[in-house]
Amino acid sequence: MSCNDCNRTDLVRRAIAEAGRGLPELEPGMPLPAGTGMSRRSFLLGASGVALSVFGGAALSPRAIEEALAAAPAAQPVLLSVFLAGGVDTLSLLFPAGDPLYTKYRPSLKLDPTGATAFAPDPRLYWHPSAASLATLFGEGKVAALPAVGYDHPDQSHFTSRHYWEVGATDPQLRTGWLGRWLDTVGSADNPLQGLSLDTTLGPSLATATMPVAALDSPTRYSFSDSRYGVFPLEVQMLEALGALASPKTLSADPGLAQAARAARQSQQIRAQLATFQQLGTKVPYPASNDPFPQRLAGLAAMLQAGLPVRVVSITAPGAYDTHAGQAQPLSTGLKLTMDSLLAFQRDLEQRGLADRVLVHVWSEFGRRAQENGSAGTDHGAAGAGFLIGTRVNGGMIGQYPGLQSGLDQQGNLVATADFRGLYAALIAQWLGGDPAKVIPGASSFQQPTLLR
Amino acid sequence: MATPVYAGPFGVEQAQRLLWRAGFGPRHGEAEKLAALGLDGAVDALLHPPAFAAVGPEPSDRGLPLAPDDAYGHDHLWWLDRMVRGNQPLVERMTLIWHDWFATSNQKVGSQKLMLQQNQTMRIGALGSFRNLFLAMTEDPAMLVWLDGIRNTKRAPNENYAREMMELFSLGASNGYTEADVREQARSLTGWTASYQQGLGLTGFAFNPLQHDTGVKTVFGQAGNFDFLDSVRLCVTHPDHPAFFVTKLWSYFVPVPPDAATLNALVRIYVQDHQIQPVVRAILRHPQLYTGPRLVKPPVVYQAGLMRALQSPVDGTTWMQLAAQSGQRLFYPPDVSGWDDTRWLDTSTFRARWFIAAKALTPYRLDERVTAPRKKATDLLAAALHLFAEPSLLPTTQHALVAFADSAQQVANPHVVENALRQLIAVSPELQAA
Repeated sequence: MSCNDCNRTDLVRRAIAEAGRGLPELEPGMPLPAGTGMSRRSFLLGASGVALSVFGGAALSPRAIEEALAAAPAAQPVLLSVFLAGGVDTLSLLFPAGDPLYTKYRPSLKLDPTGATAFAPDPRLYWHPSAASLATLFGEGKVAALPAVGYDHPDQSHFTSRHYWEVGATDPQLRTGWLGRWLDTVGSADNPLQGLSLDTTLGPSLATATMPVAALDSPTRYSFSDSRYGVFPLEVQMLEALGALASPKTLSADPGLAQAARAARQSQQIRAQLATFQQLGTKVPYPASNDPFPQRLAGLAAMLQAGLPVRVVSITAPGAYDTHAGQAQPLSTGLKLTMDSLLAFQRDLEQRGLADRVLVHVWSEFGRRAQENGSAGTDHGAAGAGFLIGTRVNGGMIGQYPGLQSGLDQQGNLVATADFRGLYAALIAQWLGGDPAKVIPGASSFQQPTLLR
Repeated sequence: MATPVYAGPFGVEQAQRLLWRAGFGPRHGEAEKLAALGLDGAVDALLHPPAFAAVGPEPSDRGLPLAPDDAYGHDHLWWLDRMVRGNQPLVERMTLIWHDWFATSNQKVGSQKLMLQQNQTMRIGALGSFRNLFLAMTEDPAMLVWLDGIRNTKRAPNENYAREMMELFSLGASNGYTEADVREQARSLTGWTASYQQGLGLTGFAFNPLQHDTGVKTVFGQAGNFDFLDSVRLCVTHPDHPAFFVTKLWSYFVPVPPDAATLNALVRIYVQDHQIQPVVRAILRHPQLYTGPRLVKPPVVYQAGLMRALQSPVDGTTWMQLAAQSGQRLFYPPDVSGWDDTRWLDTSTFRARWFIAAKALTPYRLDERVTAPRKKATDLLAAALHLFAEPSLLPTTQHALVAFADSAQQVANPHVVENALRQLIAVSPELQAA
């Protein structure tokens, strides 16, 4: 269905109407809400056994629930972290056609500036044609670009560098993600949706020490009955039993048992949270693709409109960016689908009236070597490109493009002009809310750019 | 000093744990048989299995035999079937470890035939010499495609394999090598080629001396006109390699790192001749395996284990899809570092495991339209547990299940409730981590 002005109240009304007769008794022991600062009541609706989670629902009549929802405090800011896996080639994404060394270093991979959009803050740079959607948003003042973001003593291992970015520190031993640690300081013990991976598995940046988080392949299909595998008439009661048997083990001293118990308990929790969620249609066309990325973004926009208590979200962009060989085509294909989807998402948020609530951060574990290799590809580099997208973003450039003449390190890789840890600290201080020092080790030692207008 | 050996009682419980760590869990009666052999006998039986044989119905897809080299998803099904019906569980488990260690994905290789060829090389070498296995992987066609070995030429070195052979396969990240070593190793590894033939894909993998850089390279401070044989030799004789090797191998069996004494003892076993089997033997006899914390079952182990215990047939690509949803489609590791064995379970992969259990239990599903007389909750639970060969559940789990069975019988008939109980047992934390 398509419905642009549905709000949370309508959703609740429809859920009640569809679930049928009468209001249900209060279910004891259900979790408190996340991040909303309000108490939550959960109800089992009628004979269908649909669980409904209501935020702030202190009273029991449908009218009271609606009123409580309508009176809920202004929704909180959301950060979406988009990962380009493999190390995207910065020098193609924002290619320096105006840098005299570019054609020398990139004899077969150099891009033609004719017809490409120039990057206003630095006349040497041009947007990759397949990133035209991002250039469009940049032109609207909704993008801050980091042409060379990274860290000192860059590590050229995918896994080490990605790990650094995920944990928010150059510490190989740290086991919690930077977004996970933020949730550990401000999150709720009973709201897995607060940290959400739109993926088949949990993104490591969301790994918490204590707070629950969730991974969701698709927000509209989170049920435990499926005609292909098995239908359970008592699904709701089974999930409750599962939560009950798992709960005592979530703090077990045996880490494997605790991990299994937490997954079971959190699955039961988000099953309840999503029970009444219906994805509202959008008038914005998302790119057609076999990759789930565009539809996951569309689902996220709908979840936010439905008032689900989501705070930080991680997602992996489509595309293969570890382009050691034959780089041009796969890079172009991946960038186009990624950026076109992000543009659609931004337009969707704008149409739903949610744009001021969401900030998107696009990152990759490193950039690639300035000099192309002999396989029409590029090997691992150092500083990479990053982007912040949103209507609240202070559009422009963070750091500078260091140039190929003097901006390469001894191994021929771009040096960083902005530190990712300063960016993270700024995201916490200026957008998510909270104390960066509690999340990013040594936060105060990194320069924090001004992110918002 | 030798590695410590578990000296406690070796009964059914210990045999079950051994079968989960060194295989895919017990069939009915298997743990009892293994327990009767005692610890050493049990470990040796796993290390020296009889000739391969499979019991139960042949695998199929829509009623037809598998075509693993060609048909979509049949690669996963073929291997899964060996895990489910085979009599060499440790060989298959070790092959799974090598698949994770030398993680190669058909996503890029694009040939089930080459992937299965690599799989067979890993299986044959599963418990032999690591140096030989490493060498076999270095010249393996799927690997040569995956990490661009065939694009690494004298004129245009490609660092992909050179980096990962040290970082992931033999030394560990930034452990005893430099970026200069990466570049020099890439030169040593030049010379592998293949040709593309319409309809056949990449073929004719061979070492071509004309493409090899014969110049002098300096690796780990040693200079020589090295080739790929030297590359592997330099890695396995590197002083930091043995500790990396035994620690990583240990991690597949025991979820906490070995203590210093154990590490040193394992290293002493390994350095004798780079043999895998004696190191595995020492790990499987170690007290930590029996008294330490549980290990979360990798998704494929969970899947194969349930199917093995319940004798579910491999009967279609749904099994591959469910494994993928639970985070482990065979032949498609996420990247060259393999799967993250510390993070198997979250709300998405848990749900996929739920469906794996539901499908494995389908042949046993009681007819929910038939109204059976109401039963005692404890009897219903006992009947459900029997199906799984009596796994041991913690008291909190038993209480929650009995409470569920009591209240559920208020609204549903005992067949519905027993089906639900079986499902809940299969997905309980105790059956996810063993």
